[in-house]
Amino acid sequence: MARSVKKGPFIDESIRKAVERIRSGAARPPAIKTWSRRSMITPDMVGMTFGVHNGRRHLPIYVTENMVGHKLGEFAPTRTFKGHSGTKAEKSSKVARK
Amino acid sequence: MARVAGVDLPPNKRAEIGLTYIYGIGRSRATSILKEAQVNRDSRIRDLSEEELGRIRAVIESQGEIEGDLRKRVQMDIKRLMDIGCYRGLRHRRGLPVRGQRTHTNARTRKGPRRATIAKKKAPGKK
Repeated sequence: MARSVKKGPFIDESIRKAVERIRSGAARPPAIKTWSRRSMITPDMVGMTFGVHNGRRHLPIYVTENMVGHKLGEFAPTRTFKGHSGTKAEKSSKVARK
Repeated sequence: MARVAGVDLPPNKRAEIGLTYIYGIGRSRATSILKEAQVNRDSRIRDLSEEELGRIRAVIESQGEIEGDLRKRVQMDIKRLMDIGCYRGLRHRRGLPVRGQRTHTNARTRKGPRRATIAKKKAPGKK
């Protein structure tokens, strides 16, 4: 279900402020660190780099034009899939036999 | 044979059904097109006059994307998701369900036919 247009996009206050500060000429940090994965990317964030938290660290996300309308969290995956146990054992046993 | 929107030639079905053979037109859109073109939706495609077909073509034309154009747009949308590296794009890349469905079981439409894991384990033993 899409969000009501009436409300406008959701952006966390902290991000709104940070973006504004940079817009108005403040020194640009290497990445705007944030935990707010739920914030929508707006057009005035294009060209900025965000450090989006993935639960462990802040992944640097460079915002491009195509990303507008998505949430920051969509670009910082929270899960690491290292493969299934079976396939890993098979691989290592294959290597051992060779 | 009736040719609407390029390659499609629906046979002796009802107009309402025949139109759904076009990519991008389903039942509800077919019905609304026929209504707007003032064609009886129960008449067979083969019984439609050339003039009626012309009206249908005009309405479809005015309604926008269909067939190739629509397919192209869908592909572009998916490509965009993959290029920006967002979660949905990653799921498309891996051929897994995109909208949060479970993958513990099911999800066969996206994952394709099952791969036999037991057979795989036996294979290195034969070597």
